[in-house]
Amino acid sequence: MSRQDKGGRKGPLSRIVRAGVGRKRVQTLVMTLTTMTAVTASVLAGGLLLDSQGPYQRAFDAQHGAHLSADFSGATVDAGQLTATAHATGVTQTAGPYATLTLHPRVAAGNHFMPAGDPLGAMTVVGRPIDGPLDDLRVTVGRWVDGPGEIVLPDGDSPLAVGDKMVVPNAPGHPTLTVVGLAASVTATADGWVAPQEIPALTPSGAVPDRQMLYRFAHAGTRTEVEADHAAIASALPAGAVLSSTSYLDVEVDANRNSATFVPFLVAFGVLGLLMSLLVIGVVVSGAVTAGRRRIGILKSLGFTPSQVVRAYLGQALIPAGVGAVGGVLLGNLLSIPIMGVADKALHSVTLGVPFWLDLVVPLVTLAAVAGAALIPARRAGRLRTIEALAVGRTEQAGRFGRSAHGFASRLPLPRWLTLGLALPFGRPARSVTTVAAVVLGTIGVTFGIGLALSLNQVEQGLSQQMPGSVQVMPFPAPGSSTKPRLVTMADLDAAGRAIAAQPGTAGSAEMSFAHAGVAGKTGQTQIVTYQGDSAWAAMQLVSGRWFTGPGEADVPLAFLTAYGAHVGDTVTLTSGGHGAPVKIVGEVLSLHNELLTDAGSLDPLALPLVPDSRFFSIDLRPGTDPVAYSDSLNHALAPYGLTAMPNPPHINLVVISMDTLATILTLMLVVVAGLGVLNTVLLDTRERVHDLGVLKALGLKPRQTVGMVLASVTLTGLLAGTVGVPLGILLQRTVLPAMAGAAGTEVPGVDLDVFHAPLVAGLLVGGLLLATLGALAPASWAARARTATALRTE
Amino acid sequence: MSAPIIEIRDVSKTYDASEARPALADFSLEVAPGEALAVLGPSGSGKSTLLNLIAGLDRPSRGSVRVAGTAVHELGEAGLAGYRREQIGMVFQFFNLLDDLTVEDNVLIPAQLAGVSRAEARERANGLLTRLGIARHARAYPGALSGGQRQRVAVARALMNNPPLLLADEPTGALDSASAAEVRELLGALVAEGRTLVLVTHDTALAAQCATRIIELVDGRLARDVRNSPVAVAR
Repeated sequence: MSRQDKGGRKGPLSRIVRAGVGRKRVQTLVMTLTTMTAVTASVLAGGLLLDSQGPYQRAFDAQHGAHLSADFSGATVDAGQLTATAHATGVTQTAGPYATLTLHPRVAAGNHFMPAGDPLGAMTVVGRPIDGPLDDLRVTVGRWVDGPGEIVLPDGDSPLAVGDKMVVPNAPGHPTLTVVGLAASVTATADGWVAPQEIPALTPSGAVPDRQMLYRFAHAGTRTEVEADHAAIASALPAGAVLSSTSYLDVEVDANRNSATFVPFLVAFGVLGLLMSLLVIGVVVSGAVTAGRRRIGILKSLGFTPSQVVRAYLGQALIPAGVGAVGGVLLGNLLSIPIMGVADKALHSVTLGVPFWLDLVVPLVTLAAVAGAALIPARRAGRLRTIEALAVGRTEQAGRFGRSAHGFASRLPLPRWLTLGLALPFGRPARSVTTVAAVVLGTIGVTFGIGLALSLNQVEQGLSQQMPGSVQVMPFPAPGSSTKPRLVTMADLDAAGRAIAAQPGTAGSAEMSFAHAGVAGKTGQTQIVTYQGDSAWAAMQLVSGRWFTGPGEADVPLAFLTAYGAHVGDTVTLTSGGHGAPVKIVGEVLSLHNELLTDAGSLDPLALPLVPDSRFFSIDLRPGTDPVAYSDSLNHALAPYGLTAMPNPPHINLVVISMDTLATILTLMLVVVAGLGVLNTVLLDTRERVHDLGVLKALGLKPRQTVGMVLASVTLTGLLAGTVGVPLGILLQRTVLPAMAGAAGTEVPGVDLDVFHAPLVAGLLVGGLLLATLGALAPASWAARARTATALRTE
Repeated sequence: MSAPIIEIRDVSKTYDASEARPALADFSLEVAPGEALAVLGPSGSGKSTLLNLIAGLDRPSRGSVRVAGTAVHELGEAGLAGYRREQIGMVFQFFNLLDDLTVEDNVLIPAQLAGVSRAEARERANGLLTRLGIARHARAYPGALSGGQRQRVAVARALMNNPPLLLADEPTGALDSASAAEVRELLGALVAEGRTLVLVTHDTALAAQCATRIIELVDGRLARDVRNSPVAVAR
């Protein structure tokens, strides 16, 4: 068969499709953008969903992660006893024992970022080889230690870069360690690793290094199972042997937190985008069939079969949808780079990306859905009788509903041009309902997006209370000051406290510090944040209960309650070195960390060693006090004590910024699509009614009234969309935000959810109207500009 | 002699600059109040163009069009809308009724656009519908009426604001012979009342029955201009 013969069947159809796509630019743009929105959101949501669930397990398997990492008192148990725990019930594999030390290093001279003398906090250092039977360390930067005076730090948490040095003042001879590499541990087993032979040189005289063991168990899928395994090991050893332990489940939650948080709202935007694209594409193709009746008639009269007509209209939907799908995949992958980068950082082990198969499946599923939406009107086009389609007809006769609406509207005490416009949507109820649904989805998107941003900012403010106050006083000299770095003493801190209290502009201050302790009957160590002095002003945002008022009371976040199976009102016993300190949990606070916040006096029974360099002051200033001037002034008073005051920098959370940016982009895309959907519908209506418009203009309808009439036709759509969409958007915000918080391991305080105040709700209700009006503006102007004589000639 | 109600001076109308022949070429015409002018001519002779220029639906490429002292060619869109409300009533070949409005609502529109009170507008509409013999169809939709009845509705709508000038474009062109006879009779009666009418038609019987003056256009130029004694007036 010749090429020309073939063209007789295939060529004309493709030309018809191309012409349909090219000539109907607004329809093409609407279909492209709707599909792009749906695919972008779906690719991101799907990618992050997989990101948050798969890679940790893959990294865990690849690096032979340990289910439990436990530190034992070197003074209580010997290496033989620990090796024997390999035979405890449930244990399938062990690594260790490795010697461990808690160091308090400081920054040495010549470092990249930090000034010499700055304390680096308490650091658990383990002497071990790079590969073990468990928890293989993966060097990400630099190299592994191969001699004395070298240390490798964890990637992602390291305050120092490769080549930097640290001094260890509490080790004999104040040795210096050089950072030679950064490594990833899939079970977060240490704050630093050295060669095993380095441990004696770092051990303070008279001290005995503690020991670390790593375990894998036969059953470790749940916290309860890991607790049981831990209990079996502890029971094989003398009492007090276990100093602390870390379950891989806690590390997994931390690793997945950021990426998992994105999933609920991306799923919400993905579903909204997909629904909207189905609706809008349905209405666009349906409109194209209605508007193209005569064209369909001509095609059929020329010999096109019904199936060719169906394919022509499917093609007109699928070509722009295909372009949108490709654009959506590209945009989704582009946006995934910064967003999933945050997730990668949280995992600090595996470089992630959107899987290739997802890039194929999402657009294919979307295109199948688009084809389904387009098939109904396309089949209607295929079934149209040629003679009907060819028949010259003006505006398709309005149904009974439309006539009743016109009858009712004509009796309203409003100008006639306005009532004519108000009744227009009832002439095509199916199309109007679909348009309302599209604007409802747009309004839901806007309401949800705004609510999400406001709530996230509130949450962000709440989280910033972890470092409360406008000014912080830290236990080291100001960078560049002439004061020689030295160890801060408790006397220095007391004097600094008095200087702060005496400083004009001080409204309140709290001395805060960090410590670690176990919880009786449970695995793991928890971080304790202590407050000395008046801490009420520094209280963190409460999810429930109240802020502690003195020793013996504490507030904890959900992560703590979950990890230790506790509830507000329970009393837990903090343990350290065989001592116990009971504290009553009086409130749940907003925090992403597994920590306990209490009065410093609560820890007195534990007799923890005093570590002055882990303490700092948070200062609340009187209204009108400039933090910079206050800090400068206070630094004069603090100079003799080796402390520095500095304004509290704004709390910047990259995850929240990423979410805000992403929510804004997706909301704007939904708004644009909804607006274009309205534009397309009104354009169709206007074109179909161009003859009627001509008649009305011939009877004296002014251009301004024409615009008003067309805009009035979307008034009810906008108002209805606002009335339905705003409550649904609020409901979505109140559903998705707690789900996001749950993924992040916290709960949302009610105050952060209740962001929809009356003026905002009123604004959003009007927003639906505004959205519809903006969409209708262009067709309204076109209608006003249309020449009357041309309109009257239009059949 | 009273001043002409329509004054067309040296009007040319070209739709496409590349066209060799304009739709109207250097055309001038005056129509006196009370005159019933029938415009005849073959298809493409410029009849509808002339009517559109008088109605302000289109603008001349050159020349001037004045109706009842109003320089129609100089009006903006809003001004033209006001002109169409107050100065003219139009009757079209295909009726141009709004299908989703009742007969009464269709007739009411010009008065409502002109800001006439609803009560007064309804009174006017009822009067016109009664006079034109279609009052019993006031609540019906145009689709339920015969062609003749629909054209009566269109005439009622055209008369709603009692304009000094009535324009009709092929008013019998889409009607069967019985309906066409009805419309001819109706227009004849209006002319007999002294209403000024410009009628574009192929229907020579209509011209003969209604017009007091007949012009013929050929290729956009005036080919014939004759006085006529309308049958209806005589009858």
